[in-house]
Amino acid sequence: MSTPRYTRVAIGLHWLIGLMIFVSLGVGLYMVDLSLSPAKLRFYSWHKWAGVTIFTLVLVRCLWRLTHAAPPLPDPMPRWQRMVAEATHYLLYALMIAIPLAGWLMSSAKGFQTVYFGVLPIPDLLAKNKDLGETLTLIHRYLNYTMIAIICAHIGAALKHHFIDKDDILRRMLPERKASHPTAMEQIGTS
Amino acid sequence: MNYLTRTFVLIGVALAANTAQAIEYSAVQADKSTIAFTSRQMGVPVQGRFPKFTTRIAFDPAKPEMAKVDISIDLASIDAGSQDANDEVVGKQWFNVKMFPSASFTSTVVKATGAGRYEVTGPLTIKGKAVPVTATFGFKVEGNNGIFDGGFTLRRIDFAIGEGPWADLSTVANEVQINFHVVAAAAAPAPTKTK
Repeated sequence: MSTPRYTRVAIGLHWLIGLMIFVSLGVGLYMVDLSLSPAKLRFYSWHKWAGVTIFTLVLVRCLWRLTHAAPPLPDPMPRWQRMVAEATHYLLYALMIAIPLAGWLMSSAKGFQTVYFGVLPIPDLLAKNKDLGETLTLIHRYLNYTMIAIICAHIGAALKHHFIDKDDILRRMLPERKASHPTAMEQIGTS
Repeated sequence: MNYLTRTFVLIGVALAANTAQAIEYSAVQADKSTIAFTSRQMGVPVQGRFPKFTTRIAFDPAKPEMAKVDISIDLASIDAGSQDANDEVVGKQWFNVKMFPSASFTSTVVKATGAGRYEVTGPLTIKGKAVPVTATFGFKVEGNNGIFDGGFTLRRIDFAIGEGPWADLSTVANEVQINFHVVAAAAAPAPTKTK
């Protein structure tokens, strides 16, 4: 019997957004302590562009999720675990929306408009305001720390289900393998 | 001449003087004047300004070609948009304010280009480099004040503003838009009102 899976679109968005969050978090943590240099300005811009992209993809993902139900969780999973899993997922969605918003508002309050890929200016909702800028920086930072903690729980739970419980939780989010097709490696091997 | 005639003559002289000998605007009001600039970082326009500068100006709209302007900017006072930037741009690679504390501009040619529009040319000296620049400006009178609004595009590389890694124009653009707003009162006392 095949594993009930998320739709291909949902799986694609999950891994794409996950990878982008991972990279943006890394860049974000690294860039803040750099002394001012052209490289720092580039990192900030890339980070902002990634944030806008993630935000947009998350909106698409939310729409997709609202119109495409998630596959059921395996039967033996206790009720409390289901509740925690659900809460974690809601929290992740909330953070994926809130973090880019906080970043954009913070940037505006600090007097730096976000210009997507250096060409598409995103309007400033807030005028320049030093104190507000600092408050929003703290909000952006602590939302991210929360995000890191939740991502660790999310990954930890997925691995625990896969390797210890040996259930199909992680497999629901992996693309279906077609055993009859040759894999990429085999194709390279034959050419 | 009787008293009445004398009064009329005086008024007549005053009016004639008013039209023929036009007003020169030269009493600069520093608190109402601003020099602002817009730099571009990765395509993002960033506003900045120079809060401290002194302007000497002598401008008679009837004789613009006789006008003179002299501006000196205290570069250490720069607000480049953020504390990080302020700390950076006073340094050696940017303005090097220890060696070159001020920027200056002296007009050599002023000419009218249209109704209320003028052009001023002269050397702009920053970091020991004098480069001729031309700024366009509009002039209008509000009460006793003459108001000059204008600007020009400065190419920072002409003055070596941003050396070393900062010479890379893909992060901080070469073009920096400078905008000035100078308010100067008429030097001659305002004409006495006739009742």
